[in-house]
Amino acid sequence: MEKFLSKIKNRYLLNTLLVAAIYGIIMLIIQLGVLNRYQANMLIPVCYNIILAVSLNLSAGYLGQLPLGHAGFMSVGGYTAALITLALDLPAAIEFPIALIAGGLVAAVFGFVIGLPALRLRGDYLAIITLGFGEIIRVVITNLGFTGGAFGLSGIQKHTTLTVAFLCTVITVFAVHTLMKSRHGRAILSIRENEIAAECSGIPTTYYKTMTFTISAFFAGVAGGLYAHYLCILDPSNFGFMKSVEILIMVVLGGLGSMIGSITAAFGLTLLPELLRDFSDYRMVVYSLLLVVVMIFKPSGLFGTYDFSLSRLLTDSSKGDLFKKKKPESQEPVADELKGAEIAPDTSISADPDIPPEPAETDGKEEL
Amino acid sequence: MTFLTQILNGIQIGSIYALVALGYTMVYGIIKLINFAHGDIIMVGAYVTWYLIAKLYMSEWTAIIVAVVVCTVLGMVIEKVAYKPLRKSARISLLITAIGISFLLENVAQLIFTANPRMFTNLFPGNMNLGSLTISNNTAVTILVSVVLMVGLTLLVDKTKIGKAMRAVSEDNDTAQLMGINVNSTISFTFGLGSALAALAAVLYCCSYTQINPTMGSMLGLKAFVAAVLGGIGSLPGAMVGGFVIGIAESLTKGYIASSYADAIVFGILIVVLLIKPTGFFGRTMNEKV
Repeated sequence: MEKFLSKIKNRYLLNTLLVAAIYGIIMLIIQLGVLNRYQANMLIPVCYNIILAVSLNLSAGYLGQLPLGHAGFMSVGGYTAALITLALDLPAAIEFPIALIAGGLVAAVFGFVIGLPALRLRGDYLAIITLGFGEIIRVVITNLGFTGGAFGLSGIQKHTTLTVAFLCTVITVFAVHTLMKSRHGRAILSIRENEIAAECSGIPTTYYKTMTFTISAFFAGVAGGLYAHYLCILDPSNFGFMKSVEILIMVVLGGLGSMIGSITAAFGLTLLPELLRDFSDYRMVVYSLLLVVVMIFKPSGLFGTYDFSLSRLLTDSSKGDLFKKKKPESQEPVADELKGAEIAPDTSISADPDIPPEPAETDGKEEL
Repeated sequence: MTFLTQILNGIQIGSIYALVALGYTMVYGIIKLINFAHGDIIMVGAYVTWYLIAKLYMSEWTAIIVAVVVCTVLGMVIEKVAYKPLRKSARISLLITAIGISFLLENVAQLIFTANPRMFTNLFPGNMNLGSLTISNNTAVTILVSVVLMVGLTLLVDKTKIGKAMRAVSEDNDTAQLMGINVNSTISFTFGLGSALAALAAVLYCCSYTQINPTMGSMLGLKAFVAAVLGGIGSLPGAMVGGFVIGIAESLTKGYIASSYADAIVFGILIVVLLIKPTGFFGRTMNEKV
């Protein structure tokens, strides 16, 4: 038990250090002037796009459903947060966290209300119905008075700083990661792998599906709040179907069910249009071609279902007795690692309670 | 605007939706793919027709025929290049590829024709009187052409050999192959057929809305897709009925509620129908095997 506790502490400490190091490096780079003001500012969209991608990955990648209305939740969160900061007249340090959390909660309520009926459907139908809800949210926002209608909501104060955005991103990634490493996370994964089998094993599938959907909507709402206080203007036409698709593309390109994939893809796809600014006429053509090419040659996304783990990386490269783990996929190091192990490569059930068995790569027969 | 006129307008736009929805539903029936690029094929058809008439001074009929041929070939090429390699992989990858192709077509069109809308001249101007009711020739032609096409398509699918092959492939791909049906060419044919219908729908659509731009296909495609789902995706009569229902609902909303709410009503109907009858009006329920 003591050993177990120290293991946990070590891991949290390690990851906290890593996050602090990343933050330190970013700040240092900005302070040293390697990035100019404009480039440093571009890191904020990277942060909220990571939140969006990671939250969508929760319902699309881990739960295995395909929601196409993520921008709807984002807009609900964004508008709620913006209206709160416009109404309250408090210092940013007080009103902004309130607004962000409120935005997240209202989006979560929408997620729950939409998810409850929508999740009765499966596969393509779920995609269509969430698409429908997303469009309805957009049309309603366009037609309501207090949201500024089609002209958009302007005059929002610029509260989103890089530090706030970074903090929110870390919290989101941490929350989703711990959720997925918990008992609930394994239940969610089992629903993705085979819903009927999961139900037969006594997992309340409706409960978990709705819960995942709600959490996913919550973080999308927070990202919406960051977005609103970064651009200082909200335009309902920015939250259309295309925005939902953009987020989905990040998730799929990175690999469904891979956290590091979502993060990398969100990072790359946010910056790619900026890098291609010199060829601005061609950049969207390049972007779409890239998407098609990646899908044709690597349909499971850049990272597949692989997930990065710092502690695993460290222990694998050093002694490897602390978190020794058998990887089910036939990646290069597995062969050596398995030599001494009694477990056959196919039975990837890990005895370690902290590490859930990694799901096998989808073989194409999977429900959407 | 009388009630009857609203209904007629609804049938007119509904028949265009139905034509596009047929393309969605055939493709979905055969390879279970929501072909997001289908809406953009409409856009391509519109631009080709416009270019041939306005810039190359071709006659309308030649232009329409060329547009149909271009779209048919484009649909088949897209299937061969982008969808065929992914036929065995996860369906979500296929869906993303379709979205990618849709992006690609829109952006290439934007590159060539710029984002400025182009004016399209109505090919069937004038009105005609039916008793007390005045109908524009355009409405009459649209409805007539669509009905003829739908009847033709139904006959093609029900009575001909290739139609039988299409039905067999959509029923069970592998078994169809074992029965000696050339699955690849059947799928190609389906894409070509759907795209040809989309090209004709494009011409009819442009005659009534007279403006074309690179993103015109996305919302039109989305609504046609909603029509296909409403009728039960995979079912041909379903797509037709769905198209008319969506068209009439939209027209009545514009006439009696507010035109800005038209899209929300369309999607609202979709959600209500899906929740009550998840497979749409004519869809078959598929039991999941354990």
